[in-house]
Amino acid sequence: MIDACGNCLRRTELIAWLAGRIEQEWRLRRGRPQLLALGDAALLAWAGLPDVGRQYAAFAPAFAADRLTAAGLGAVCRCSERYPAGLRELPDPPAVIHFAGDAGLLAGDGAALVGARNPTAYGREVAAALARGLGAAGVTVVSGMAMGVDSVAHAAALEAGRTVAVLATGADRPYPARSHQLHRRIAERGCVVSELPPGHAPRRWAFPARNRLIAALSAGTVVVEGGEKSGSLITADFAAELGRFVAAVPGPITSRMSAGPHLLLKAGAELVRSVEDVLDLLHGVGAVHAPMVIGAGEPPPPAARPAHVAADVPAHLRTLLRRVEGGAGSLAELATGADGLTVARDLGELEQRGLVTRVFGGRYIRSLA
Amino acid sequence: MLARVHSFAIDGVETRRVTVEADVRLGLPAFNVVGLADKSVREARERVRGAIQNTGFEFPQKRITVNLAPAYLRKEGPHFDLPLAIAVLAASGQIASEALEDCAFIGELSMYGLVSPVRGSLAVAEGARRAGLRRLMLPASRAAEGALVEGIEALGVESLAHAVAVLRDEAPPIASAPVAEREAVDDPVDLADVRGHDGLIGVIEIAAAGGHNLFMHGPPGTGKTMLARRLPTLLPPLTREEAVEVTRIHSIAGLHTGGGLIAERPFRAPHHLVSPSALVGGGATPKPGEITLAHRGVLFLDELSEFNRNTLEALRQPLEDGRVVVVRAQRVLTFPTRAMLVAASNPCPCGLGDPGCRCSAAERSRHERRLSGPLLDRIDLTVHVPRPSAAALRGQGSPSSAAIRERVVAARARQTARLAGTQATCNAHMTPAMLRELAAVTASARRALFERHDAEGLTARGHHRVLRVARTVADLDGSARVGSEHIHTALAVRSDMSPTAVAA
Repeated sequence: MIDACGNCLRRTELIAWLAGRIEQEWRLRRGRPQLLALGDAALLAWAGLPDVGRQYAAFAPAFAADRLTAAGLGAVCRCSERYPAGLRELPDPPAVIHFAGDAGLLAGDGAALVGARNPTAYGREVAAALARGLGAAGVTVVSGMAMGVDSVAHAAALEAGRTVAVLATGADRPYPARSHQLHRRIAERGCVVSELPPGHAPRRWAFPARNRLIAALSAGTVVVEGGEKSGSLITADFAAELGRFVAAVPGPITSRMSAGPHLLLKAGAELVRSVEDVLDLLHGVGAVHAPMVIGAGEPPPPAARPAHVAADVPAHLRTLLRRVEGGAGSLAELATGADGLTVARDLGELEQRGLVTRVFGGRYIRSLA
Repeated sequence: MLARVHSFAIDGVETRRVTVEADVRLGLPAFNVVGLADKSVREARERVRGAIQNTGFEFPQKRITVNLAPAYLRKEGPHFDLPLAIAVLAASGQIASEALEDCAFIGELSMYGLVSPVRGSLAVAEGARRAGLRRLMLPASRAAEGALVEGIEALGVESLAHAVAVLRDEAPPIASAPVAEREAVDDPVDLADVRGHDGLIGVIEIAAAGGHNLFMHGPPGTGKTMLARRLPTLLPPLTREEAVEVTRIHSIAGLHTGGGLIAERPFRAPHHLVSPSALVGGGATPKPGEITLAHRGVLFLDELSEFNRNTLEALRQPLEDGRVVVVRAQRVLTFPTRAMLVAASNPCPCGLGDPGCRCSAAERSRHERRLSGPLLDRIDLTVHVPRPSAAALRGQGSPSSAAIRERVVAARARQTARLAGTQATCNAHMTPAMLRELAAVTASARRALFERHDAEGLTARGHHRVLRVARTVADLDGSARVGSEHIHTALAVRSDMSPTAVAA
């Protein structure tokens, strides 16, 4: 479905032609790209590239439309009624939104789940549990398909529900390239969107620009993990400016990966402990409960909270479990003397009971339901 | 005149019999060596001439031709000096050739006529016995090594003059020093030196008891190398045959400085820049690699992710088969490689691990991808080695190696009894079929394992690894059957090499 007028398509092409010029400018100034708010004429005048001016004058909308069809993408421009309402609130809304998949998911009632590209095991676990729970509750999970938290969130949301990936490249071009399978799955069962034309290469300025779309396409943003200069904080900034809720998942104060969320929390962001906390932010306290899972007979993972400890768990296992909860993760930390094998046996049993999870390298963490 | 002297060429870690035939006849004075001799053997001509003349014997001013038979076998090394000199002396009538009949010779000569030490004396002595010889004349400092072989009289000599005197029965050979059967170790290590890792001793014990390859994961400086270094002291003592085998290999590699048998299991820790052929053996004239030097002991690979991928690939077959076959244009050599593999790695390239890590996502994923290579398929146990707390460092040391070794020996005895009549010698080498027939897994244990199997998609290979380890845990427990508690322990120390990454 291509619902885009010639002017808007031309505007999109213009941004693509000037991508390199914008990159230069971005390197000098950093921060958010300001240029996207300029009109076409102002942009051309700023760039001062006569070649681009000629191309701009000679632009044929049919050509752009053909290319969209060839790439299998849909498009909707800001002159259309179908243009996602959330984007209109931006000071610099993209002229055209390109998408692969179900454009109905762009209604803006979902939650953005973003975070570090190199999260800790805890960050992955939390991101997956939140995304799975939100997906099961029928909430669209919006993220950026970057490595780490973003990818984990997309993958987990797909298990139970729907998800939207906002790319900083063309919507038909998986980035990072190794996520091509995830890209395909999201295009099939969710929606992949981008403001850049098909096949567009990654540019550094395009990532913060993409973050504004993530914030605008969701009712609020949850930051799972990230450093003090994380791009996730840019997304959170945009969300705050748009008046959407900003929430963050706390972590150990000693973890660099939780510095970003803690910064947000200190500045007044909502604290997220479970899926219910996010649902409360979306729908009002208690309005919607995390649903039971439909389908395979398994109850859906309702919330990112520690797995339930059954009544028949013996005392010595409970003691050990409390120590794992306290942050001791490996056999060497948990064993107090020459009882290493006993502790190993008990850890094996806890894992069997689904209370702890073994992560890469042989550490244990508390399982989340 | 013609004379014949027995010697041996070193071929990998074996020896081949070589006959040194000297022919001295009238003609223009010349000294030729034929028979595929390499440079060091052809240079022997000058050393032999100098040694003979400087010792006061006569170097015949005739046409001397020495043939090293068989002619197809490549001969190398300076240990042919002594047999060459003896052959020339016999062919020129200065020694009675009857004295050479049942005797083999090895030794390097100096220009002064002194006999210097050579590599591989033990292997040569074994070769001499196989060839039906009764005596071996060798450098005095290697006499003890030669004397380790029963039925071979080791004649240690210090110089060419001494050698001739011994052959003429005019002087006694140097008696092999009172055989120090078990050579003392210079710097003994013991598990009791380790502090702060009490919880891990059990895992190390499992590794030793079942011969399981072990992977240690943890930040730098936490004692991974220290633990690995002590693993050989937990393994059962070398049997005499094993000790002879180890001594032979180390003697050929030039790592054994004479004396008696090597008593300690070897520990080899090659640097991560090691080349594939240095690791598994090879080179133009194939030499045993690190894994062969670690035969019957422990091969330790620190910083596993830093090793070249090809290098690690080269290790797979030797680890599986217990031997490595090196093929060169002219010959095929087999080196034994029954070593336990212990690998260690930092959690990420910067080494700090989760909370403080400074690595980029790409660096981390490259690191984890390198670690998840097929080599880790051969590793049964993984354990996290954290930084010990100050309190733990002040605490009691670990139990002594001897105490653990006792339990390991008992567990190995159970395995030997169970595995009698199979190819395997310890649990780590059990095939899936053996596990099915011999592991004696209870129904509840099997159920526990299958539950895990379903819960997280344990691979079939992972399944077998857990069973093998559980079998060892049961052996240490003195239990004939593998119960669910053994499975639980095995699960807690298993190697599952898929990094936690979901989709990224």
